[in-house]
This record gives sequence, structure tokens and C-alpha cells, in this order.
Amino acid sequence: MNVPDDLFYTESHEWVRREGDNARVGITDHAQAELTDVVYVELPKVGAAVEARGPIAVVESVKAASDIYAPVKGTVVEVNKALEANPALINTDPFGEGWIFVLKMDSPDDVKQLKDAAGYRKAIG
Amino acid sequence: MFHNGETSIERRSARSTCVDTKVAASRMTLMSDAAPKTTPLYDEHVRLGAKMIPFGDWIMPVQYSSILDEHQAVRKNVGVFDISHMGQLVATGPAAGAWLNEMLTNNIDKLEVGTGQYTFLLNERGGIIDDLIVYRTAPEEFFLVVNASRRDEDFAWLQTHIADGVDLKSRSADFGGIAIQGPRVVELLQSFFGPDAALPARNQIKKFDYQGIPLEIGRTGYTGEDGVEVFFPAKDAALVWNEVLAKGKELGIRPCGLGARDTLRLEMCYPLNGSDLSPERNPIEAGLGFFVDLTKPKFTGRDVLLKVKENGPAQKLAAFRMEGKGPPPRPHYSVFENGERIGEITSGTLSPSLNYGIGMAYLDAPHAKIGSKIEIEIRERKFPAVIEKKPLYKKS
Repeated sequence: MNVPDDLFYTESHEWVRREGDNARVGITDHAQAELTDVVYVELPKVGAAVEARGPIAVVESVKAASDIYAPVKGTVVEVNKALEANPALINTDPFGEGWIFVLKMDSPDDVKQLKDAAGYRKAIG
Repeated sequence: MFHNGETSIERRSARSTCVDTKVAASRMTLMSDAAPKTTPLYDEHVRLGAKMIPFGDWIMPVQYSSILDEHQAVRKNVGVFDISHMGQLVATGPAAGAWLNEMLTNNIDKLEVGTGQYTFLLNERGGIIDDLIVYRTAPEEFFLVVNASRRDEDFAWLQTHIADGVDLKSRSADFGGIAIQGPRVVELLQSFFGPDAALPARNQIKKFDYQGIPLEIGRTGYTGEDGVEVFFPAKDAALVWNEVLAKGKELGIRPCGLGARDTLRLEMCYPLNGSDLSPERNPIEAGLGFFVDLTKPKFTGRDVLLKVKENGPAQKLAAFRMEGKGPPPRPHYSVFENGERIGEITSGTLSPSLNYGIGMAYLDAPHAKIGSKIEIEIRERKFPAVIEKKPLYKKS
């Protein structure tokens, strides 16, 4: 299972790529493999303010709707519109084209509260 | 025909989605206070890398590769499902036919030896305990294939109402079963029994022998495709399953889980017991009055159904499709028409064949009109949908 070393991770299987004061967020390879066949993504609204661990988006597979949580406190500054036409990008490229949204973090140091790759690998066994 | 709502998991966190088999198994143990049941094919599913999920009291494969791939394999080629969790009951004796005719809604007298019919087991209020297939396997012998989630309940109910001259046995623990479904099923069966094999016609059941293994093959299914259900002793399950996969390889066979089973049946508007059917619903509301013979003088629930038929049901199980892009409909979402709440979804999914959202909902009868524009409420927003004729999927 692919767990890139340069990302941060949540227990709820989101990944975070720090880009200055911003955090790009998606779901992990492990999460997409468990969900399989993503058929719909409900994106957050640009400008929405969100607390850490607050539900912010929904990813739906054939079988289930799953909440996606904000890894850190911040404001949505960008969403991946490509997922509206092609939600399966989350399956085919979870750490790349399948990103879901970008948060401007209230406190960029918050990412330090998240798991690193080794910690996440341990968590998913 | 089967099962409770475990496959329609409506809304849960990404965290809870990522349960592995072990967690699922232990959680289920807590819920049911008993070890989860496995079929004789459990090891084969694990070996094939299936995702195993709790399904009622069972641990079953929900998918092997992908629900969409497995679904398409059945529509285009052929797929095989483990149905060993379904109950297998045998009723014998000189009074068995007459007794079953009072227990079940369809007319047993129409069954010649070697044929089967879809039918209902009702309670005294006309509510559905189970939907099932009953075959007449000999003049005084009947074979019932019932839902996994109801097999103990069905057996107990039938035992309580047993008549003189009838012997009822459950062979569920000693037998397994698989469903082989898809347009290439005949080619597959011919690779077992030769090109001239006399295969059962639709709704027929026949006995075969394969390398000394006794097989009973019924030409029926839950997918809308040509297909069979095959029953055999539990000890032979792995051999039969693996032979089917091996011989089916060049036909494009896929092992298929409960996920594809659910999307396939819902495209056909076949009901799922526990979701679309329940003891609070009767076959007429469910739009399945065809399988109830009200001309029979006596059967459990008949008085209630006569009244429902006369007055018309208060609600009807309607099929619908989503219009435009939007989230897939799911069980328990509310249905509206002109701002008024008119019912609730019982089954919903994204249709892999049609590529739009589909579902079934119990709607107040005056609103359950084909062509009516309705709205589905999803996460506090309303999305347009239209009531359609059943089945939602028609073979081109």
C-alpha cells in the first residue's frame, strides 16, 4: 500500500500535503482501496471555514457515503472540480489528481499534530 | 430474493468504512452475541482476496475486485456468487403440497414435478415473513430456498404450523449453493455436461452428477440475466466453486459479491427482504400481487390481502431514477412531490448499467404514478427524480 513519506495523515484516512500556509487534502490509497469505485464526490464550498475533524466533504462509492474530515482548522480556498466529472480520480491517483480540497490553515503548525508516514503505516497495519 | 439491509450501508465515516474482517467479525460478535457464521466457501473467498463484511449473522464477500466490474461481468459474460448462506428446506409427505398451499401465497398445484415458483410466506396480518422459491422435486416432495436472514425464522414458523402427513427438514447446514448468472451461463454448463446436455428450462430444476458430486440445478436467479442456482453437499462446495471458476475463465467469469448482487437485482426491481419487504409490508403494496393466488380458498394472510386488493394499498413500492447529476439515492432518504413528503426510499444505488441513480421507495398510493416528477432529499438538499416503470433496466 502506497504511503508517501512527504505527507501527513489523519486517523480517518485523509492525507495532507503542506504547501506553505496551505494544506492540500485527499484520501489515502488505503482508504480508496477500501471504498473502491468512487462514484460521487460532494465538494466543500470555497470560503467555508472548518474546525479540525469537522465533516467537510462526502465521498460516495456504490455501497456507501463516507464523510471526509478537515485534518486541521482553516478555510477552504480551492476545490478539485475535476472530481465532479471524474470521481474515479480518487481511485486511480489518490495522492495526485484525486486531491479533494485545499485549506488555508489558521495555524500551519497544526500539521505537526498529525501522523507522519511511519505512524500511518503502523495504524493501517 | 434475499436478505437484510446490511449491504445498504447508508452513511458512515471514512474511518468506519475501513473495517477489516477481524474488526467486522468482532463487532458482529458483540451485536449478535454469537460467533459469525461462515459458508463452506469462506476460505475460497479469503484466498481470492474478497472484502468480507458482516451480513446479518454471516461473514460474506461484498466484492472481490470491484462492484462495477463484477456487475458488468454478469451483464456481459458470466459471474458466480456464493449463496450457501441461503436456507434450504425440504417438505415431504402425502399432505405436503396441500399444507404448503396454505402456508405460501402462490399456487403449488400449478407446479409440475421439476418446476419452481416465486412465492411468499406471510403472517396472519398479511405481512411478509419471507420471499422464496419453492420447487416440486417429486410428487410429494418440495424444496424451498429461503433468505439467509430468515432461515431459522421460516423453519420455526413452518414447524409451528406443521400438519399431519408432512415432514419438514432443514438441510441448510449440510448443503451449499452458488448462483451462476450471465449470458454465457449455458456455455459454461456445457463445459461441465457436454454440448447436448438437457439443461433445465426457466424455473425448472434438474439433478446432475459431476465427478460423483450430486448437483441440483435450478434455472433461476436474482440478476435479470439467464442463470442458474446450483445446490450441492457442503463438503463438495470448494471443488464445485473452483471448477466453475476454472471452466469459466475463458468466458470471462468473475466471482461476484453481495455488492454486485444488490446492484444487479435493484436494476431489475427485484425486492430485498429486510429492505423492500418486511412483516409490516404485504405483497400487494410491494407490487408483487402476481405471486399471490387469491383464488385459493385458504392461505395465511388471505383475508387481509383480499381487503387490501379491494380498497387498494395505502402505499406502493415505486421505482425511480435520478435526473441529472447528483449523489446516489440510498435507503431511508425522504421522497417529496411539490414540497410534500410522500414516502421513503427502501433501496437505492448508482446503477452500473445505466450510470445514473436508481431506487425503490414506498410512496403514498396517489403519488406513485409512472412519469411523476419527484424529489429526493439528500443531506438537506432536494434532487430531481422521476417515477419509472419496472424493471429499471431492460436488456437491449
